Amino acid sequence: MPLSPFAGGGTVNGRRTFLRGFFSVLLSGGAIGGILKILPSKADAGEAPPKGQNWYGFGVSVDKCIGCARCMEACKSENNVPREPFFFRTWVERYILRKNGTTTVKAIAPNVEPSPETASDKSILRSFFVPKLCNQCASPPCVQVCPVGATFQTKDGVVLVNENTCIGCRYCIQACPYGARYLHPGTRTADKCTFCYHRISHGLLPACVEVCPTQARVFGDLNAAASPMSRFLRMNKIHVLKPGLNTEPKVYYASLDGEVR
Amino acid sequence: MGKFFERFPDPLARLIVVFLAMLVVGLFVVIVLIPKPMKDVQMQWADAVKREQARPVKYAGFRSCGECHDALYETKKTGYHRDLSCETCHGPAKGHTEDPDNVKPVIPVERAFCPQCHAYDPSRPRGFPMINPVVHNPLKSCASCHNPHDPKPPTTPRECSACHGEIARTKAVSHHVQLECTTCHKTPQQHKVSPRAVKPTKPQTREFCGKCHGKEGKDRMAKNAPKIDLAEHGEKYVCWQCHYPHSPEVEQ
Ligand code: SF4
Ligand code: SF4
Repeated sequence: MPLSPFAGGGTVNGRRTFLRGFFSVLLSGGAIGGILKILPSKADAGEAPPKGQNWYGFGVSVDKCIGCARCMEACKSENNVPREPFFFRTWVERYILRKNGTTTVKAIAPNVEPSPETASDKSILRSFFVPKLCNQCASPPCVQVCPVGATFQTKDGVVLVNENTCIGCRYCIQACPYGARYLHPGTRTADKCTFCYHRISHGLLPACVEVCPTQARVFGDLNAAASPMSRFLRMNKIHVLKPGLNTEPKVYYASLDGEVR
Repeated sequence: MGKFFERFPDPLARLIVVFLAMLVVGLFVVIVLIPKPMKDVQMQWADAVKREQARPVKYAGFRSCGECHDALYETKKTGYHRDLSCETCHGPAKGHTEDPDNVKPVIPVERAFCPQCHAYDPSRPRGFPMINPVVHNPLKSCASCHNPHDPKPPTTPRECSACHGEIARTKAVSHHVQLECTTCHKTPQQHKVSPRAVKPTKPQTREFCGKCHGKEGKDRMAKNAPKIDLAEHGEKYVCWQCHYPHSPEVEQ
């Protein structure tokens, strides 16, 4: 008979689970089940994906983007993003670098004619568009801060929001260093780019990749050596946004200017 | 049991009873009342993934368009728009693939549509084909000159543009962009050898322009051309004495 420190032959784990369960009742109000089981899963986040498992990544060729905003339009139609101009899952920023060293960044609006007046502005050194979206970080700060475990990472590396358990506390919106999230005014839950999870799990491309007229956006499985995505990574010098934060973004930029934050 | 409580002062004993009662109620709530999916976050995530995967798709993807519209698909495949998905311009079309007769994708015809990509914008990459929508054939719909499924920038034959570059550039953004140089000029081979001795012809009669612009002009290319009554409109002159033919300016 195995020795057990507890009367009745209980095991350490059994008793721990029991105590944890018990204290969770005392301590947590709404988030009853969530807290305890999230903690161990967090350690898994960011681990190298097993072979044969999809691990999705996204590529952006900055020098190809023409700022046509087709991607923003498509994303709004595909994902029921509110039409108001301040809710976006993906957006495009116009960078203007001036000769005096200052840089202005402004998100462009879809269906607005571009402003050619910048053409005659002699103080402009360089100007270009940078598409942005949720970076689907391998170590996502938004997952760490969610108090109810509503934001989580799938096995294929996509960070999703469970709208049934999201309590709309906005912690994740604060925590995301890329400003990729917003609070959906209809559902009152956090919303963000999902890499069009409903499309990619059926073998389709994300809507923005589908419509981008210049192939500025690339999508694919990072584990597949012959996918356009892997080729994109091989053929370009790749940067990610804010690498110093160790969020390990999976949106990879080619031809990224040093000014881009 | 009674003995057990007698060891405590009375108030403490009551407290213990209350505490035990709360414990039982608490356990009952946790184990029985709260449904399992609420306690198991893995389960919640699996559900969320399933919900996410089940959401309806709105963009069908360019392959599905080719299944029915194979002629257009083939045309597009070799042109400058070959990398465009059909839905880039025609909008989400999943509904159309499911019910082709009742759900129709949009066909953008308004002039503001193409400039979203092709209007001059200094932030766009160099070399991307851009025009200034204000001066580039204003008021005309883009598709009246360019086939959207196989767009080509208008070209002037190199034989002509090599010497007549300015005319080629002007014509390229004028209403006459679609016209070949040889539509109006008969160009003898000899002109290329000794350009000053052998000159191309110029239209000499009002009837020449009248083929398209006369009231009963039937030319296919001139469907939308402004029409005038040759008998009443500036009888005394040949047309190009008032209108520069490589960039005709007319009030619309
Ligand atoms: S659709 Fe492509 S080219 Fe147009 S703004 Fe988006 S990323 Fe840039
Ligand atoms: S970019 Fe922001 S929202 Fe997306 S995974 Fe990273 S931290 Fe989360």
